Amino acid sequence: MASSKSLLNLLTFTFGSTIGFFACYMLFSIVLEKQVVIQPDILHNDPHGEHSEETGSDQLEGQMNFNADAGQHQDENKNIAEGLYQKVKILCWVMTGPQNLEKKAKHVKATWAQHCNKILFMSSEENKDFPTVGLETKEGRDQLYWKTIKAFQYVHDHYFDDADWFMKADDDTYVILDNLRWLLSKYNPEQPIYFGRRFKPYVKQGYMSGGAGYVLSKEALRRFVNAFKTNKCSHSSSIEDLALGKCMENINVEAGDSRDTSGKETFHPFVPEHHLIRGYLPRTFWYWNYNYYPAIEGPGCCSDLAVSFHYVDSITMYQLEYLIYHLRPYGYLYRYNPDSLKNLEKQIKSKAVDNDAKAKAESS
Amino acid sequence: EEVVIPPSSPGGGGARPRWARGPVRSAAPEKMISESSSFVKGMMLGGLFCVFVTFIGHNKMGHGTKAHHHEHHHIQAPNKEDVSNLSEGERMELSHSIRVYCIILVKPKDLGNWAAVKETWSKHCDKAEFYSSESVKVFDSIVLNTNEMWVMMRKAYKLAYERYQDEYNWFFLAHPTTFAVIENLKYFLLKKDASQPFYIGHTVKSGELEYVDGDGGIVLSIESLKRLSKIFEDPDRCPEQGGLIWKLSEDKQLAVCLKYTGVLAENAEDSEGKDVFNTKSVGSLIKEAMANHPQQVVEGSCSDMAITFNGLAPNHMHVMMYGVYRLRAYGHNFKDALVFLPPAGSDND
Repeated sequence: MASSKSLLNLLTFTFGSTIGFFACYMLFSIVLEKQVVIQPDILHNDPHGEHSEETGSDQLEGQMNFNADAGQHQDENKNIAEGLYQKVKILCWVMTGPQNLEKKAKHVKATWAQHCNKILFMSSEENKDFPTVGLETKEGRDQLYWKTIKAFQYVHDHYFDDADWFMKADDDTYVILDNLRWLLSKYNPEQPIYFGRRFKPYVKQGYMSGGAGYVLSKEALRRFVNAFKTNKCSHSSSIEDLALGKCMENINVEAGDSRDTSGKETFHPFVPEHHLIRGYLPRTFWYWNYNYYPAIEGPGCCSDLAVSFHYVDSITMYQLEYLIYHLRPYGYLYRYNPDSLKNLEKQIKSKAVDNDAKAKAESS
Repeated sequence: EEVVIPPSSPGGGGARPRWARGPVRSAAPEKMISESSSFVKGMMLGGLFCVFVTFIGHNKMGHGTKAHHHEHHHIQAPNKEDVSNLSEGERMELSHSIRVYCIILVKPKDLGNWAAVKETWSKHCDKAEFYSSESVKVFDSIVLNTNEMWVMMRKAYKLAYERYQDEYNWFFLAHPTTFAVIENLKYFLLKKDASQPFYIGHTVKSGELEYVDGDGGIVLSIESLKRLSKIFEDPDRCPEQGGLIWKLSEDKQLAVCLKYTGVLAENAEDSEGKDVFNTKSVGSLIKEAMANHPQQVVEGSCSDMAITFNGLAPNHMHVMMYGVYRLRAYGHNFKDALVFLPPAGSDND
């Protein structure tokens, strides 16, 4: 009986020592693993730098442009982009609503909208602070075409002379204005033409996907607005992009080919991931049958000089802004170079074709 | 229990031996006290043993260096002045002189990421090789025959030094969840002499030890790798099994070994002080920025010259490939000091 008692004591002792050991282990691992992560102050040079060279903290002073970080772009030559900004004036209007101002439109405003010559946010109701234009409609998918008509009407009435091209986008569309200008620079805004991601069903010349965004020439806008005065087009439809596409055909506005000089699409109805990853969009998906030109998945899906992506959430807005305007591979010679001599010849040829088309349009 | 009271013996006043007294009713609380006391004694002994072992292990871990006042080592990207005075020929020569060998440590569970790394950024290394814990049918790799990260790292560095010490001057080690822009790494290393001991990345301080976080990628100059190979032979300072009870993570182990050879970790930053090696993905960093400084999300977070991001799924690597090497804004041009051609036989860059 005594032996059982001492055995019990021994067991208790062992148990206690194990508990004590592990308790202490836990305690020590918490104490020892405490990491002091020191991040240098993000926007300033750290004074403790051992190998730091004197770069001068005056890089960030005296910036007047809307990019808050001129310091990292000291070596950047934006002459061509700035030249196009003056030459190809684009008014952007973004389809949004009161519920989406904080969630979506805000991030559009903080990113790509800044690169438009003029930006307008269109909502069913006016908001003086954001600001948004009040179209005096209701909200909802079935209102989209009506909102679109009223928005273009508003733009026509107030800003017709302020731009050459008129771009419509959603509040979850990301548009790369520099690339849009490059595309449109080869065309005349007096031509009746519009561009976007071309779909083939229902309309003979095709129509442009609403979400991927589309852009009307000055002449196209003129004809579109007039079409409702002369009843050439109907107001009622619940499918915005299709209805607009049908109207465009009725009023002889050409559905343009927005692909780049290597044949790759520039307007995209989805985010890059959905187009770049083979097999992401199932073969049975409607998309494969809708595309006017052969739809491609994988790296061939998308132009280096892409113009738009759709279904872009807020984080992806900033991510695209970063990848397009900030992060780059130093010294890298891009494979696709549209300004090479061969391509310059192509551009000259296409300009000649455009002039023919213009002459034709004027005679029609 | 029955209390048995033995008949008192007329002659004896002496105490009866315990065993003869028989079971006592009041044994229960006494038993508890004795049990709990032995429990407490046990706990104390266990705790003491643990403390003892900790301090032995801690001391072994190279605490011989005298305590400095808090120090943090930074290293920066080149300046405009560094690069603007180079001629065309000098630029080409310089571009070719920085030769980066990439080590990617993989395990069979990483197969998806392994494939993605193979198809994306690793093509931009001068040479990239995959060092795997075990042999895998689908891909060629250098098989290390161990599952332990620290041992894998040692073996990989050792092999890399043995084979390639004359061919490459910089050695970049990464995990398959990391995406790297090798051109930006080369730019960063532009004016740095590989015959000096460099150990660069995203650093973290743990007590007295400053180490490069493996998640952000680890860069060693040939001189550092040479010293590392030597200290590998020293089982006291740089054992294969680090720490008595607490296993240090492999990136800390590396720092400890390198410290013995006089090589210290340095945190890499661009000319504005932003980290260029990142242990998180672009998405994560942006999410944080949206919460912390929503007025300056992009400008306040990642560097234009970022070298690495971590935590990427295979799909994200393909998106990064497009976003970094292809997607850009027309009409924005740069006069760079280095020239890098796209790799042959590749269609996603």
